[in-house]
Amino acid sequence: MKPKRRANLEPYLLLLPSLVYLAVFFAWPMVQAFGLAFRADDGRWTLEFFRRMVGDAAFWPAMRTTLLLVVAIIPLQFILALAMALLVTAGLRGSGALIYFYALPIAVSDLAAGIVWFSIFTERGYLNTVLQGLGLLDRPFIFLQYGATWSLIAIILAEVWRATSIVFVILVAGLQGIPKEYFEAAEVFGAGWFARLRRVTLPMLRPSIQVALILRTILAFQVFAVVVALTGDGVKVLASEAYQWYNQWRNLNVAASYAALILAISLLSTGIYLRALRTRAEAMAG
Amino acid sequence: MKRVWAVLSFVMIVVLLTACAAPTPQVVEKVVEKTVVVEKPVEKVVQATVVVEKEKVVEKPVQVTVAPPNYGKVTILSTQANPVEEQEKMRGVVLKAFPGKPEFVGMEEPALIDRVLAEAKAGKGSADVLISLHGTYPTLQAADALLDLSDLVPTLKDRNIPEAFMKLGKLGTDKQYYIPVMQATYIMAANKKALQYLPAGADINALTWEQLRDWGKNITEATKDKKLGFPASDKGLMHRFLQGYIYPSYTGGMVTGFKTKDAEAMWAFVKDMWQYVNPQATTYGFMQEQLLSEEVWVAFDHTARLVEAFKQKPNDFVAFPAPKGPKGLGFMPVIVGIAIPKTAPNPEGAKQMIRYLLQDDVQISILREIAFFPVTGVSYPGFVTVGIRMEGEAVSKQAASPAALPALLPVGLGAKGGEINKIYRDAFTRIVLKNEDITKVLAEEGANLQKLLDDTGAPCWPPDPPSKGACKLQ
Repeated sequence: MKPKRRANLEPYLLLLPSLVYLAVFFAWPMVQAFGLAFRADDGRWTLEFFRRMVGDAAFWPAMRTTLLLVVAIIPLQFILALAMALLVTAGLRGSGALIYFYALPIAVSDLAAGIVWFSIFTERGYLNTVLQGLGLLDRPFIFLQYGATWSLIAIILAEVWRATSIVFVILVAGLQGIPKEYFEAAEVFGAGWFARLRRVTLPMLRPSIQVALILRTILAFQVFAVVVALTGDGVKVLASEAYQWYNQWRNLNVAASYAALILAISLLSTGIYLRALRTRAEAMAG
Repeated sequence: MKRVWAVLSFVMIVVLLTACAAPTPQVVEKVVEKTVVVEKPVEKVVQATVVVEKEKVVEKPVQVTVAPPNYGKVTILSTQANPVEEQEKMRGVVLKAFPGKPEFVGMEEPALIDRVLAEAKAGKGSADVLISLHGTYPTLQAADALLDLSDLVPTLKDRNIPEAFMKLGKLGTDKQYYIPVMQATYIMAANKKALQYLPAGADINALTWEQLRDWGKNITEATKDKKLGFPASDKGLMHRFLQGYIYPSYTGGMVTGFKTKDAEAMWAFVKDMWQYVNPQATTYGFMQEQLLSEEVWVAFDHTARLVEAFKQKPNDFVAFPAPKGPKGLGFMPVIVGIAIPKTAPNPEGAKQMIRYLLQDDVQISILREIAFFPVTGVSYPGFVTVGIRMEGEAVSKQAASPAALPALLPVGLGAKGGEINKIYRDAFTRIVLKNEDITKVLAEEGANLQKLLDDTGAPCWPPDPPSKGACKLQ
């Protein structure tokens, strides 16, 4: 009886558990976090905590470092991931194995990755040992000292190593979705490798690029575990400040203000990407 | 096909949800009535083969199965003894002889506070016993989440817990909210290789801070390495060095002298000393690691964060008291207290746990296993390893110094107890690491500190002189 109605209801029923899950574990805590950030204990709305956050001595350094990391890491990751993806889809022998190799860092937790890189860069770490063994250094060089550019470079290296693979996977999926006919047609018209990349691959890849960029940028604004594992209290970023205000200084309101700020910046950057990389309907039609 | 996928994903979500729900702590509602027969281990100290149980004499050698009182399941939430190995020692050794079913749960302080506050709000809880630093309890007491333990105090008279410690457990009220259970402090440790560089005429057990700096300088000049170490990472306890050691040593107090001329001189000194501190210090959490790897030779830290060095290589290291400054030897005793939340499902078992942990043999076992010192009058040197004995001697020398200036953890700041640490850490970061102007930073951070004191109305605490109303900076 009434098979049609059942069929209509079914998708919603199936969606329900995940919706409940999202509401309870994401939406509601998010509302609460906003409450913490913008409401005083007596219930009135206030910007006091936000002002406290911005006025704090660690705020602008944290903001600056976070932006610097985003600007340094994302283009680097993107170029690397694109090169890796093109290499893998070029159909060379053994490129199947290469996919697994490149995708491996996805499986490593960011904290673990941070600790691994710490063991490389620390005073008695692998890098110093190797450099000393080769006779390039006569005493350990301290990479991770306070305020040194090297700490930032170490963070960038660790992040690039750890998170390029997610961009790579998205781009490979996108590349495999481009029909071969386009390339063949381009070739017939005499397009070289670079022209094909510029005129066919990149435009066709636009939706994947958009997803990858949005995902990576949001994650880059949240960068935390790698920074903390590598530099302890040496380099401050927005997320580590949020954590410290919550965990160490026990001011939940200021911590929530940081969280709200990170959310706002992430939303803003997502909006910018969505506008800048808008895909035209006809481009999708292929 | 689509439907199959839909059903599959539904199943996945249900599985995920149940998986998420599974580890929620079980709320114990009923008293365990089953009497469990527990094997009572024979006392280690007394080599008795006969156990007297009332009038009945059982002449069975070594082990006797008796039916002692059973206090049921006692859930302990602890911010101390948190590293996995220490948790295992708590479960496997320290708590083993407790007549009941102790469950030891290690937690970070914020998680513990949040959980106890949430349980208090819900009016129903699962935690029976809390073990945490003094600083945790004002927050919990402010939310009325702690059970009044005053009735337990007379029964603990024979434990000889120092009156000053018991008074701390009252949190400024006339009720006993926690019972001190173990103590620690911060001391210095040095690799024996560093001893040859001690400044001429310096006595390692009565150093001044200037001599420590000169020591570091000598080492740097001789080895070209910066071998002093301080735990200045986010996990490190650098703020305690500032609050409890260097500030009292130079200004006589922790708070009131925050921005005085004495404080300016002190910061200038710290900057000067920092030239000889390993520049990787902002990544240091537990100094035992860098001592053992010889990345540093001379370090300041919490006794429990140095002890591995003394345990693993007792012949390589020496322990000594913190240096002193112009105003005395500032040092910070750390008191770990044990409390019972109001919502404890098994308060009787919890009280038994307090009595149990304060027994002489258990106090010694705590020292042996996790390197926290007894609060009771028990004499321990015969029962512990060389390493712990070395630490113990340094701790006693530090407390017994004629210049001793004990500084308490911040008291009376309630839920804002964490923010005061930020003020000291920020002052350090700005002055020493970022090279900002001392007077300007002290004026700004001093204003933050005064605001914090005014907001909470916290009166001055030792070593600052007592105040009427909120503590005021000079």
